[in-house]
Amino acid sequence: MTTELILAGFGGQGILFAGKILAYCGLMAGKELSWLPSYGPEMRGGTANCSVCISDEPIGSPLVTHPDCLIAMNGPSYVKFVNAVKPNGLILLDNSVVEETETRADVKTIALPATDMATEQGLNGSANMILLGRMLTETKLFDLDTVQKAMEKCIPPKRAHLIAANMQAVKLGAESK
Amino acid sequence: MERSLMKGNEALAEAAIRAGCKCFFGYPITPQTELSAYMAKKMQKAGGVFLQAESEIAAINMVLGATSTGVRAMTSSSSPGISLKAEGISYMAGSDLPGVIINVQRGGPGLGSIQPAQSDYYQATHAMGHGDFHIFVFAPSSVQEMVDMVTLAFDKADQYRMPAMILADGLLGQMMEPVTFPEPMKNLPDKSDWATNGHKKQRAHHIINSLFLDPEQLEQKVKERFARYATVEANETQAESYLCDDAEIVVTAYGASARVAKSAVNAVRKEGIKAGLFRPITLWPFPKTELQNATKSAKQILDVEMSMGQMVDDVRLATECRIPVSFFGRTGGVIPTPAEVLAELKKLAGGAE
Repeated sequence: MTTELILAGFGGQGILFAGKILAYCGLMAGKELSWLPSYGPEMRGGTANCSVCISDEPIGSPLVTHPDCLIAMNGPSYVKFVNAVKPNGLILLDNSVVEETETRADVKTIALPATDMATEQGLNGSANMILLGRMLTETKLFDLDTVQKAMEKCIPPKRAHLIAANMQAVKLGAESK
Repeated sequence: MERSLMKGNEALAEAAIRAGCKCFFGYPITPQTELSAYMAKKMQKAGGVFLQAESEIAAINMVLGATSTGVRAMTSSSSPGISLKAEGISYMAGSDLPGVIINVQRGGPGLGSIQPAQSDYYQATHAMGHGDFHIFVFAPSSVQEMVDMVTLAFDKADQYRMPAMILADGLLGQMMEPVTFPEPMKNLPDKSDWATNGHKKQRAHHIINSLFLDPEQLEQKVKERFARYATVEANETQAESYLCDDAEIVVTAYGASARVAKSAVNAVRKEGIKAGLFRPITLWPFPKTELQNATKSAKQILDVEMSMGQMVDDVRLATECRIPVSFFGRTGGVIPTPAEVLAELKKLAGGAE
């Protein structure tokens, strides 16, 4: 089975990092995987996105055009990718930021006020991890133990103190209703 | 062995260090810069030299100088920067010097775009500078292959005393995939019979030179080199044939577009269309015999590239135009999608569009 995801938002929201954690989950779980960032002049202020593929088989094209799951952290990204999601797919959006309300009947859309949730819990900047947590609950792609291992592998030792807060945010998302 | 997760650009750099590369000379350019950055961080710790040159031209000539002394040396760039290196590469070929050049291709011509492309195929395989010469051209299609081919490129460059290029692209350079690395190489080839590393008044001078004012002498030199190229062409081709045995349509593609093509081949197979993929791994020498074998049952060939069609000429030549060859490509930095290739395959198979 192959799961294809697009994570998209403003540069600085941690979109590429959330994708990386997901990729490291694949690594720790012994899966095939690919992580491909958009790169170029759109780094700060504009939109950034990354394609992540998780599979039991070797990955063909790493560029995701029709994701099974979209995580959208700003309006322009939501508008750009909403119609690309496969029928019966999943969309998670941060409705603290995304104002667009147009939805599709043939996909499951979950709106979480992730940025506000993060701020309330003193986890500023962790909206990406909250959405990632909720996505994992919905898709059952990886369990939280795997996420913990992924963070330990991905985050360099000098920043290891950030793991606890990131995990707290993932759990907050995973347990959100 | 432990799998780690790395960007293609970083994996190329780590692999080079492990292959015993002691000198890296470069100049930053998107989408290759992570390679230089990794070298800046790690090369000195590995006991080597990292130097950001004042230009691409300077960097390739530093590689020429370093390889003259017998050490393993490398430079990397992306399309516009590779054009600047062309003169130096020709001088290296004319001086029988090994050395590895990495091209993480982007859209062209000119400054083009910074997105992935494969439009430097002609340059790499047919005219990487002025004069009668060839270089090795390896085309990885995964991050793991990038690692494996850097090692191979250094080995083959040394073995045949000719420059070797890794022809990658922005997609492979920027993506992360799991990789495993070989142990660092300990025993590097002995080059004491030609390297200019100091004669200590105990042997004759070694001379590294590409200037021969006597045409007869130069012709002789070039002919000797071409005899060596013939050995390379006979022994060093590599290719992957995927589901080609019964294939009625064989897709030919290399590097990143081969990944896209493979997805499309798998998809049409499910619909009963007998398609296969032939992927050259060495672009020079081009795997002619392998392609002929892979297309024995083929009625059609579809060549897919991120260019307006360059390798397609070598495909036609290798198959001697016995099989109709169609082409599908996107260029300028646009990556073809599996759906687009799938549509082309269906068209060729005579299905509904």
